[in-house]
Amino acid sequence: MSLATAPAPEQDGVEHSARHHPRVAPAKPSNRRRRLAYAGLTPFAAYVLIFLALPTILAVVTGFFSDDGTLTFDNVTGLFTPTILTTFGGSFWLSGVTAVIGAVVGALICYAMLGTKVGGLLRTIIESAASVLAQFGGVMLAFAFIATIGVQGLVTVILRDTFGIDIFADGVWLYQVPGLILPYVYFQVPLMVITFLPALTALRPQWAEASATLGGTRFAYWRHIAAPVLAPAFLGSLLLLFANAFSSFATAAALISQGSQIVPLQIRSALVSETVLGRENMAGALALGMIVVMVVVMWAYSVLQSRTSRWQQ
Amino acid sequence: MFTKRTLAAVALVAASAITLSACSTPEATAGDVDASVATSVEDFGGMDALIAAAQAEGELNVIALPDNWANYGEIKALFEEKYDIIVNSADPDISSAEEIAAADNLKGQDTAPDVFDLGTAVALDSLDYFAPYMVANWDEIPEGNKEATGLWVNDYTGSMSIGYDSNSVPEPTSLDDLLKSEYRGAVALNGDPTQAGAAFAALGLATVHSGGTLDDFTPGIEFFSELNKAGNFIPVNVTGATIAAGETKVAFDWSYNNLAAAATVDGWKVTTLSGPVYTSFYNQAVSKDAPHPAAARLWQEFLYSPEAQNLFIVGGAYPVTIQAMQDAGTVDTDALDALGALEGELVTPTPEQAEKNATILAEKWAAAIG
Repeated sequence: MSLATAPAPEQDGVEHSARHHPRVAPAKPSNRRRRLAYAGLTPFAAYVLIFLALPTILAVVTGFFSDDGTLTFDNVTGLFTPTILTTFGGSFWLSGVTAVIGAVVGALICYAMLGTKVGGLLRTIIESAASVLAQFGGVMLAFAFIATIGVQGLVTVILRDTFGIDIFADGVWLYQVPGLILPYVYFQVPLMVITFLPALTALRPQWAEASATLGGTRFAYWRHIAAPVLAPAFLGSLLLLFANAFSSFATAAALISQGSQIVPLQIRSALVSETVLGRENMAGALALGMIVVMVVVMWAYSVLQSRTSRWQQ
Repeated sequence: MFTKRTLAAVALVAASAITLSACSTPEATAGDVDASVATSVEDFGGMDALIAAAQAEGELNVIALPDNWANYGEIKALFEEKYDIIVNSADPDISSAEEIAAADNLKGQDTAPDVFDLGTAVALDSLDYFAPYMVANWDEIPEGNKEATGLWVNDYTGSMSIGYDSNSVPEPTSLDDLLKSEYRGAVALNGDPTQAGAAFAALGLATVHSGGTLDDFTPGIEFFSELNKAGNFIPVNVTGATIAAGETKVAFDWSYNNLAAAATVDGWKVTTLSGPVYTSFYNQAVSKDAPHPAAARLWQEFLYSPEAQNLFIVGGAYPVTIQAMQDAGTVDTDALDALGALEGELVTPTPEQAEKNATILAEKWAAAIG
């Protein structure tokens, strides 16, 4: 997530003030001041280099070597075997479904929140709750689901013993890919609220008033003004949610222990297996595949962001 | 999230490995013996000298030895008590492959593993990591159970068994029993067979009980696929906790693990189906880069002493020197009676068969239970 969100606003801020508002752009800072400003970035740049760029390069490069250290393309071509392609398919499906559910539900919550007072108690509570819940993933979340709707979970047992409803009558789906949808949606919806609410609140009341003055209905306002303005932000958030689900590992790892149906679990399997040996370098190739997907998503996200930011200035 | 976090961890480990290796100097020679190249107790000048050298080191690093696995808890405790050497037990629940990865990552540090306990596939693939060592009673270990120069040696085996919660499900008497509706959402494996040796063995057992041979595990995969379609398979890794919580009511696992569960969980029973018995030895090896080379060799001597071998029996496993111990009368007969003899048609895959089936599983397993 940090990867997806961090670069976009920075680039946009700089590019846009220069491209679209040349006349109001601040005077060029002197070279000396600009150098100083860049020097201030050094700790961050060093951090990114050591903990993000370097390990990424090392991991991806391993994908091009065999067990004994010779150059090979076997791992990368291995990405196109049916098993791995199915895995990528599984990841796309899961990320897509949870991103769409998260985006639609999250957007509806944002819309409902428009009725609350900005800075008021209710909105503050919802906003803080969303910030916390968006980060409530991983093993904690998986455990919370096992404890509530696991095979011996509280809700499962109450439903079964009191109401005679067996939610696992057709097999224990919680520990398979469909079972990941609920926990993923759990952190996708709040993330949507966080990212989409600013766009929604940026709708100027004057636009609605202008539309009404010109005789537009409420529907016409949403159809012709609000929806087109919000579309890039909505799609951008949708992409962010997709990337968020695509790269999630811990929740899935804690729930699914059979089959490695999504890419992060395949990487785990390639690294730790004690039965299928010599696939450690396959993990690098899988990471490369994930990075390609993430780069495409991030690129699309930044394009959409730059469109949205026009309306937010 | 996964790639980034893992990569950051990799970078951290790499960075700390570089820094730490610069300042640690594992000089662990006692007297004039270089323990790291000693291949037998004679090289030290006798057992007393080995004990003295090990005690001078004071510590032993073991890895991937859970307390409730083949009674390792008691074995580690007895070693500590007997020789006054601290046993540092790291990452009890990791896989054999991760043991070797740990040896790589921690190389040169004083926290690196001294000894390994490995599944056969990983052991045969990692010979470069081992130092040859032959214990004093080397001759008591059958020919087929050891590498000629002492690089690795079998330590214990169990049979693939079925544990079940007798309070809520009936005893399964055949593989097909498990397809019945009484076992809905109940049958579990100890791990993913494409990752964990115990689950791999369960597929092997299912194969030979479905009329297949160890050359091809496909019948076993088909059985579990059917089990999954019937809604009886639960894709949760069996642990002591899932058994205690009643989440996994039927568990394919090594007999020693199921027996350990039976000792702590009320109503947990163990059965082996009549027919072929699937066994697979684990392998013991000393690390070439052991930070405590003398303690590692003393641990080896200790493990193959009747004292520790009997503790394996107490834990439900069959130690490799069991025949010699029975002949010499040093076996713990009470424990062996309680365990029962390992009888019947014993089947164990050869390394070639294991490798071939691993490929088959990697291809078919995810689809079979997806």
